[in-house]
Amino acid sequence: MSDILTLDRVKKTYSVKQGLFGKRKPLTAVNDVTLSMRKGEVLGLVGESGCGKSTLAKLLLGLEKPTAGDVLVEGDRMQDLDRRALAGRLQPIFQDPYSSLNPRKSIYDLISLPLRVHRIGDAASQRKAVLDILDIVGLPGRVINTYPSQMSGGQRQRVAIARALVMKPEIVICDEPTSALDVSVQSQILNLLGDLRQEFGLTYLFISHDLAVVEHLATRVAVMYLGRIVEEAPVADLFERPRHPYTRALLSSVLTPDPGQGVPETSLGTAYPNPIDPPSGCAFHPRCPHATELCAAKAPRPLETDAGRVECHMHDPDSPMYEEAAA
Amino acid sequence: MTDIADPLSAEIQGPSPRQMLKSRALSHKGLIFGLSVVLLLVVVALFAPLLAPHDPYAQSLMNRMVPPVFMGGTWEHPLGTDHLGRDYLSRLLYGARVSLMIGAIAALISGVIGTAMGVAAGYFGGKVDAVVTFLINVRLAMPVVLVALAVVAILGGSLTVVICVLGLLLWDRFAVVMRASTLQISRRDYVAAAQVIGASTPRILLTEIMPNVFNNLIVIVTLEMAHAILLEAALSFLGLGVQPPTPSWGLMVSEGKNMMLFEPWLVLIPGAVLFVLVLAINLMGDGLRDVTAPEGRS
Ligand SMILES: Nc1ncnc2c1ncn2[C@@H]1O[C@H](COP(=O)(O)OP(=O)(O)OP(=O)(O)O)[C@@H](O)[C@H]1O
Ligand SMILES: [Mg+2]
Repeated sequence: MSDILTLDRVKKTYSVKQGLFGKRKPLTAVNDVTLSMRKGEVLGLVGESGCGKSTLAKLLLGLEKPTAGDVLVEGDRMQDLDRRALAGRLQPIFQDPYSSLNPRKSIYDLISLPLRVHRIGDAASQRKAVLDILDIVGLPGRVINTYPSQMSGGQRQRVAIARALVMKPEIVICDEPTSALDVSVQSQILNLLGDLRQEFGLTYLFISHDLAVVEHLATRVAVMYLGRIVEEAPVADLFERPRHPYTRALLSSVLTPDPGQGVPETSLGTAYPNPIDPPSGCAFHPRCPHATELCAAKAPRPLETDAGRVECHMHDPDSPMYEEAAA
Repeated sequence: MTDIADPLSAEIQGPSPRQMLKSRALSHKGLIFGLSVVLLLVVVALFAPLLAPHDPYAQSLMNRMVPPVFMGGTWEHPLGTDHLGRDYLSRLLYGARVSLMIGAIAALISGVIGTAMGVAAGYFGGKVDAVVTFLINVRLAMPVVLVALAVVAILGGSLTVVICVLGLLLWDRFAVVMRASTLQISRRDYVAAAQVIGASTPRILLTEIMPNVFNNLIVIVTLEMAHAILLEAALSFLGLGVQPPTPSWGLMVSEGKNMMLFEPWLVLIPGAVLFVLVLAINLMGDGLRDVTAPEGRS
């Protein structure tokens, strides 16, 4: 499998102001991330709220420019590519279908926008394309003259999916596409995304804060913590043999009888750290049950595992903590 | 599969935005009243030559300060005559032209300037925003009435000068409000979606941003129209606005003020129509804001 979309040591730093007279401070939302998407796979990206998942998605979509590093599309730097040419290959599905559909536009105008912007076909063929894609996402053709305010959340998300797919892209970046929806609708949308992937041979980046959702759809999973990818592995491997203590904590919350809807209720006592003022060494050490002085002093290096990568001293053969992991 | 799981059978709920707008507008009393009064005055202004019983400029020294009918006058001059014997009703009707024209054109000029600045600042942010914010602050530091007085005093009063001065001074509220609403709308995911699709910036501004800030814009348009009409009246009252013998409501108040104690209707009649017009425009603005508020979740 070849890499079609790659983050190469990408960093994104925002400058945020604290309080009315506070000084501007840097906030590193994505910190030196290297991650590849391979053709045809579903890469799940999980992590708590605020860890930088959406920022990573925006970087991949070209909506934000990396502070350092490069976003590569089949080896070419994204900045060097034509925005419009890219649009036909890469499309987003956002979390909140109330925010992703312009309330002043009819469903037809919303879905046909990509075709009109790129002047694909004449009015008749555009109309046919819109009706076809509506049928594929499971909406009746008569909705074309209605407005988003007349639709339910699930129907709106189908419209958003139709807009993303009407130009037949290769890659779809789904940023928590179901977390704003009713529970009863969530699985419908997940199933639809799964079917569409088969039908169009799509590659997905599937972002979620819920490991259970990711397990359903993903072929490979990346776990994010405070702007870094701390573990990356094929889905079965990750669920059977989680290596990073943070992954284990996330998994144990999935396995509890009532996983709940919101942010995973991890067994991690301490609160999520403030990204403006991240902990020293390994960012996870204040919450890690295995943490030692080494973890507080030194950030772990990325280590290749059988099928993925992990960043933890316990898995570093050169580290004094290595023995502990084996035990 | 449960039956709720079939979106094909799921009905489209609720009225369309247009139907909703219509039903909301028809049930909004303030809007109906404001709009009716404004429309009535627009018709009056347009057809002043047909409606006016006399030439508004024709003086008649024999018939000076004839009282209106309800104060013992005759139907020859329903609202009486002024100190030069000109028919007051005719001058009032022609005066509507001046007030409405000043209100509309000044609001148009300031609206274009302020909206362009505010939308650019809100959408592009960064340096553009810094420059616009600076210009807004500079403008807010200038007292409108004093600047208008000074400019009119230097250039001389005329309808054109008053319109231009007001148009170039009253853009601040447009800029402030459009900047804030654009900033808010720019963060919506549909703007990001349009950017990813590859839509051009003008297209995004015109089709994604503008329709969604329009309801705020319309309120400012009405506010500034009323503002401009009042300022014209004030300038004319001070003798620095529209020059005699042009019939302007502010000028009519000014000309009547010397006789105010003896013939109070000379001031009360133009004052009252001015009040009604400004009130109606404000009611219309409030109504339009309520009626066009975005539907669904905001
Ligand atoms: N435009 C911005 N300016 C300043 N800080 C930002 C900006 N966008 C994101 N951040 C910060 O970057 C961090 C990561 O945000 P991001 O939205 O990527 O998190 P997330 O993982 O998507 O969270 P969620 O699950 O809540 O969507 C947060 O601390 C957030 O406050
Ligand atoms: Mg997010």
